[in-house]
Amino acid sequence: MTQYLLSIYQPDGPPPSTVNLERIMADVGALTTEMQTAGAWVFAGGLHDASSATVVKAGGGDVLVTDGPYVEGKEHLGGFTVIRAADLDAALEWARKLSRATTLPIEVRPFRH
Amino acid sequence: MSDTPHPDAAAAIARLVPAETTRAVAILTRIAGDIGLAEDAVQDALAAALAHWPVAGVPPSPVGWIVTTAKRKLIDRLRRESSREARHVQATALEALGRADGDSDEAGGAIADDRLRMLFTCCHPALAPQVRVALTLRLVGGLTTAAIARAFLVPEATMAQRITRAKHKIRDARIPYRVPDAADLPERLAGVLAVVYLVFNEGYTASSGDQLTRGDLCTEAIRLGRLLRDLLPREPEVAGLLALMLLVDARRHTRTSADGDLVLLGDQDRTRWDRARIDDGHALVRECLRVNRPGPYQLQAAIQAVHTDAPSAAATDWTQILALYDQLLILQPTPIVALNRAVAVAEVRGPAEALALVDALPLGGFHVFHAVRADLLRRLGRVADAALACGAAIAATANEAERAFLRQRRDAH
Repeated sequence: MTQYLLSIYQPDGPPPSTVNLERIMADVGALTTEMQTAGAWVFAGGLHDASSATVVKAGGGDVLVTDGPYVEGKEHLGGFTVIRAADLDAALEWARKLSRATTLPIEVRPFRH
Repeated sequence: MSDTPHPDAAAAIARLVPAETTRAVAILTRIAGDIGLAEDAVQDALAAALAHWPVAGVPPSPVGWIVTTAKRKLIDRLRRESSREARHVQATALEALGRADGDSDEAGGAIADDRLRMLFTCCHPALAPQVRVALTLRLVGGLTTAAIARAFLVPEATMAQRITRAKHKIRDARIPYRVPDAADLPERLAGVLAVVYLVFNEGYTASSGDQLTRGDLCTEAIRLGRLLRDLLPREPEVAGLLALMLLVDARRHTRTSADGDLVLLGDQDRTRWDRARIDDGHALVRECLRVNRPGPYQLQAAIQAVHTDAPSAAATDWTQILALYDQLLILQPTPIVALNRAVAVAEVRGPAEALALVDALPLGGFHVFHAVRADLLRRLGRVADAALACGAAIAATANEAERAFLRQRRDAH
């Protein structure tokens, strides 16, 4: 079994009015239960908006602290789920379900052993 | 076995490359669980063959000898490695070797399965399309990295890096080494066929450079098509793709003049078409029709069959071709199919109706769109508009043979 990080990429700022947040929360909740029942779920978390981020960078004896996310952009990591799966096909199947539930793109990356 | 040196040993080893070594790598990949390890083990076995065969003689089954030796070399390698990852692989490999002990004869079904596994792994949707093409040519076609780099006009180091990165992704992300189950097969098979057709098209109309066709890629794509057909004989789209490639390739040599200039279908010397390929292609099309599960490749092959059936351009059954395009457009409602259908419409119902269809298509960046418009405008007597369209076509292609053809056509009117 390999562990995979499923990263949820979310546009910055409040969601547009067309987004049905209640529905999304219900779908994500149901998927979490499904992952747990299947023994695939390891850990998950949702994040505050990227504007709440702070970057700390050590170098040359100094530690630099800056406001805002590390990577500039209009979309940032909004949350993630760590799963365990037999292979990439199985991981992609969970990612497909997570993308449908969140209505957002999911990046799938394997953990090192 | 004799003690005298066998001068034909080197020739026997040379013959093993590349078709047989790709088979050996496919088998070893299943056992090792990693393509890189499998390739290394097969290379070790080939080196052993070079040392052993000239003395002991070429074994009765050279491939079997290579596979057996490669398995031993794999174990040697795994024992030498001491990393945690290697130990994990070693456990898997030893287990697989234990299972494989019963079927010492690796010929036949098992090899076919492993080659099919390799093909589906190389064409996995998690890999970029260009990477799928390169991997398939390398690991299924057995082409050298240098040859693939030449075919795609990139430096060898770039291609080597691309292939290595892909193999690492397959290993690290655990892209599975298996034939998809029945539920996923149609979609995944479509991806494999698309890769083979991409190889063929890249060979047929080089997207850049001054040579119109790169026949080696066409030949390789047809070889892959035949292999796929051997592996999946009951899939009509597999037969359809092979038929399509054979029928298009049958005209390859008449598609350019002795000076390398482009010759249109209507002006080609039909007596120089490759009859053997056409007969092969027609037989496959008839076979598909009997199965009666039409798909895009079968329909395109049927269209090519109508073209290659006509003794002259004037005798082409355009009504039949239009009917096939109508079906194709339902299965594949893309602007490119609509453009090709419009060419048939021009023949059956006249250039005015065809031009109205073409003008509605969002294909401004595609040189063939402008070339088709130019031709229709010329037939409608709109000479100035035709010249403008021809200029747009020239600006939109990087293929020198096509540019020269279009320039000549523009200046002739």
